[in-house]
Amino acid sequence: MNPESLPAQVRRAWAVAKKDIRIYYFKGPVLIFGVFMPVFLFLAFYMGGRDLPLSFLIPGLIGMTLFFSATAVSPAIFPWEGSAKTLERLASCPISIEAIVLGDMVASALFGIGITLVTVLIGVGAGLPVLHVGILLVALLLGACCFSAIGTLLAVPPTNVPSNIMMLSSLLKFPLVFISGIFVPLAQMPPWGVSLAAFSPLTYFCDLTRYCFSGANFFPVIVDIGLLALFSVIFSAATMYLHRRTMPRRL
Amino acid sequence: MTEVISAQDLVKTFGRNRAVDGVSFTVSEGEIFGFLGPNGAGKTTTTRMLTGVIPPDAGTATVLGHDIRKKPVLAKQGFGVVPETSNAYTDLSAWQNMMLMGELYGLPRALAEERSSDLLETVGLIEKKDQKVQTFSKGMKQRLILAMALVHDPRVLFLDEPTGGLDVQSTQMILSLLRNKNREGITIFLTTHNMEEANRLCHRVAIIRRGKIVAIDAPEKLKMAIDRVHRIEVSFDREVPGEDLGKVSGVTAVNRTGDKYQLDVLARDAAIRSLVSFAVSHNLQIVTLNTLAPTLDDAFLRLTQESGP
Ligand SMILES: Nc1ncnc2c1ncn2[C@@H]1O[C@H](COP(=O)(O)OP(=O)(O)O)[C@@H](O)[C@H]1O
Ligand SMILES: [Mg+2]
Repeated sequence: MNPESLPAQVRRAWAVAKKDIRIYYFKGPVLIFGVFMPVFLFLAFYMGGRDLPLSFLIPGLIGMTLFFSATAVSPAIFPWEGSAKTLERLASCPISIEAIVLGDMVASALFGIGITLVTVLIGVGAGLPVLHVGILLVALLLGACCFSAIGTLLAVPPTNVPSNIMMLSSLLKFPLVFISGIFVPLAQMPPWGVSLAAFSPLTYFCDLTRYCFSGANFFPVIVDIGLLALFSVIFSAATMYLHRRTMPRRL
Repeated sequence: MTEVISAQDLVKTFGRNRAVDGVSFTVSEGEIFGFLGPNGAGKTTTTRMLTGVIPPDAGTATVLGHDIRKKPVLAKQGFGVVPETSNAYTDLSAWQNMMLMGELYGLPRALAEERSSDLLETVGLIEKKDQKVQTFSKGMKQRLILAMALVHDPRVLFLDEPTGGLDVQSTQMILSLLRNKNREGITIFLTTHNMEEANRLCHRVAIIRRGKIVAIDAPEKLKMAIDRVHRIEVSFDREVPGEDLGKVSGVTAVNRTGDKYQLDVLARDAAIRSLVSFAVSHNLQIVTLNTLAPTLDDAFLRLTQESGP
């Protein structure tokens, strides 16, 4: 098979993803940012004494879990590999930079989906039925793609110090959670809040999950799906383009 | 002979430092080509440009007929690399590292497994194949990295100071594997600052200094050029004025280091004879008499002087 062809490169991206899964899922910062962070944020919110219905809380928790877990792995991989010099190995192998980024995104997205499915099961276990399973799966898939692309986008600045990137990404991730209708329903937001929320892909993901659990939605379902897909494509293209430009500066 | 590696006017500048300054050469199929130079000469930077790790500021490089900038994937498919800093994944086992390489080069699983077993056997790591690389010594890591570079049976192998700082056993194992692979037809590009290594292993050697190639030739020919400088170290039981030594026939320069003199001479044998008769006629006892092998720096100096304006 021609090594330049798309199928060959996608296979090599999968090799990168498997390597990421083996190495990075169990690193401390990944577990902290991807698992503990959303759980504690949510607990703080839940214990705050507001008695919101489960059908509002669980979709919010799912949104937060997917967002934090899918952006936990990907930002740190490039800096880690840059400082361990393994990035130099990848750079001398017949795999394009786009395929390396794709591999990191896949690993990151799978991590997000895995952790989030646990949250979904907790919700179902707590007595909340899933009304639209198919749409929930589509939402999870698109959301994971979109958020993992955001994660790799955060790793574009060519520093080889993982903690710098972790800090930068927290700086961007927390505000996004607050404007995306997780803690305050979109319907109760002032107009400026809704317009702000419209810029966050997390908004559409949460809107979709709310629809799947309660049947209520703010934006039309097709708009949610379409915009999530659009965000995914834009972020993926941007992160691949930018990494192609900054990668030589890490080596 | 087919040309396998070709570099044309490669330039790389870091800030104001021209690390590589117009390097050109070609390597033919089946050659072991040595890239010899002192630390900081630009060997690693050149190797990284040739292998597509960093882009050159100017110039082109082709490997197996593919331009490394325009067709990086096709070029990289044909070669293996042992970089300067060891870079296997330390969180993975030796075997997992080999399998990852197999997949990155698009090998079918069964073939990758067969080759990996053979290679790990050859480099003496088969018993340790399921251990994490973290636990490996420097020599073991380097042997693993060599095995990783060979898993796709490349036609060209780049190695950047593969034996630097290694134990004797690992060094011998690596050098003999390189010789065997070369006999099977692999073209080898090897950087080193060890002149003996280059001399023993390479068919042709390029000498690089401050980013510029100062000579390319067979090691014997380079040695001949270098061997024109002979140096003898001598000391006597009492003080002798340097000017007197300068007058001994065949001595071209006198340098004092501590209680010894270092003499540049035209021919060792003749100079030693004259020194002995000098000692006899002046009633001196010779305390030390050493012939000094030309150092790499002597060689560089000599070669730069000769190639300079
Ligand atoms: N990434 C880099 N950034 C800045 N300077 C560099 C970098 N890599 C190499 N250099 C400089 O380029 C010169 C050549 O280095 P190098 O190619 O590593 O030499 P060698 O491998 O022959 O020892 C040195 O002066 C070194 O300091
Ligand atoms: Mg070097």
